[in-house]
Order: sequence, then structure tokens, then C-alpha cells
Amino acid sequence: MRPVFSFIAGGLFGAGLLISGMTDTTKVIGWLDIFGAWDPTLAFVMGGAILPMAIAWRIAAARRAPALGGSFPPPPEPRLGRRLVVGSTLFGMGWGLAGLCPGPAMASITWGGTGGLVFLATMVLGMWVAPPLKARLQEQPA
Amino acid sequence: MPTEWIMGFAGGIIIGLAAAFYLLVNGRIMGASGILGGVVDGSARDTLRERIGFIAGLVIVPGALAIAMGGADTHVNNNLIVVAAAGLLVGIGTRIANGCTSGHGVCGISRFSLRGIVATIFYIGAGGLTVVLFRHILGVV
Repeated sequence: MRPVFSFIAGGLFGAGLLISGMTDTTKVIGWLDIFGAWDPTLAFVMGGAILPMAIAWRIAAARRAPALGGSFPPPPEPRLGRRLVVGSTLFGMGWGLAGLCPGPAMASITWGGTGGLVFLATMVLGMWVAPPLKARLQEQPA
Repeated sequence: MPTEWIMGFAGGIIIGLAAAFYLLVNGRIMGASGILGGVVDGSARDTLRERIGFIAGLVIVPGALAIAMGGADTHVNNNLIVVAAAGLLVGIGTRIANGCTSGHGVCGISRFSLRGIVATIFYIGAGGLTVVLFRHILGVV
């Protein structure tokens, strides 16, 4: 049953990405372009997404287990570290260059054309080569 | 208030409901890079079917919705070298940082995770500087 429910979650996520405009790279780059024609849409999307999720975390805290059993994710790791900072910086550079992050890259693959396919293929390649690079980056407080 | 902001907020609520559903039903954090990355690097064999289900929904549902809406456009940069470099950076960066906009951004910030907040500051900062450099100085995006 888990794959059926994860399909529903993925489908809702994809629908939200399309409706919000986050599968359009011009809106994402517009948000990052503070010296150009700045587009604040992404802030509304983030705000809208954080609200139900903040409530969900409170519900989860009051429950013993998720509906399908198993356990809830552990509390967030308090330490920051080099990997978080270096990785997020590299990710941000790619996000600014193309206007795509992993969710929208997958959601838009059926209509994104050659550019969308090239982005997804190289992103998958990057994910594949990442583990040894991550291992070389000593996890010390940043 | 422009329609795009209202659509952004409405779509954002749906994204948040998806993340809430995935947490409360499946017991998982809805992070796009982690769900895909675990499939790509083979680190998540025992949860493979659950991840494939999520990715299938993420591709099929907006694909069908786009057809119903009369089409959608992503406006990907025509310079495929820039797009390929961006894809590599996003793939490597999100795996090193253990999360992207959905995991660190939506799921992390909503539980007041310091890591999620710091990651978001760094990827938005790096993204902003990249747009300044490549759009206003070099003129390639």
C-alpha cells in the first residue's frame, strides 16, 4: 500500500508545483533576480507550503506512529557543518543558472522539452557522483 | 494582488498538504532530492517501491493536469551547456547538503530546523548572486 499513498503525495506535490508557477523557470529566476524585475511569487508559494506542514509537524508530535505504521522521522540534526553550507551553495548556483530544482525538474519532464531532459539527466548524474565527493568533505562545524 | 501571487499561495498550500500527507501517512519527509537521490545512488533499496510511487505521481499528475489546462511551459534556457552545468550543480549540491527546496525549505523550516533555515539562506543567497553574475554581468541566463 505504501507506493499507492506515496503516488498520491507525489501527485499532489506535482499539481501544487504546476499551479503555483514553480515549474516555470522565469518565475524562479525572477524571484532570485533582485536587481531585475523582481518576482515575489516564490515567497507566496513557500509561505503557503509551510503553513499546512507546520500543523502536520504538531499533529505528528502528538501521535505515536504514521497511519501506515513505522515511525516518524527523528528530530532535526542540530549541527550545521561544511556539507550543509557547501552543498547548499552549489545547489543554489545551479538553481540560479537554470531556474529548476529537483521537484519541478521531475514534475515538468513531460512538457519541458530537450532542455528539461538535459537538466534531469545531468542532475541524476550529479546525484550519482555525489556520494564520494560528500565523503571527502570532512564534516566539521562551518 | 496579482493573480500569480494568489495562484502561488494556492499552489503552495497544495505542496504543503502533499508534504503533510507524506509525513502523517507514510511517515516520511517529502524531500524531492532525497527521494530521487536514494534511487539513483542505490542507498535506499528497502524503500525503493515507495520512492518510485512518489516519483510516478510527481511526473504523471502534473503531466495530465498540464494537458487538461491546454499546455504548460517551463521556458528552459536554450543554452544546453548552461542547463547541463546547472543540472550537475543541483544534483551534486542537494546530495551533499542532504536536501533541496522541498526537504530543507518546506519540511525543514516548518519544524524550525536550524539546518533547514541555514540551507535555505545559502541556496537563495548563492542563487541570487549567480543570477546577478550570469544575467547582469555575463548575460547568459
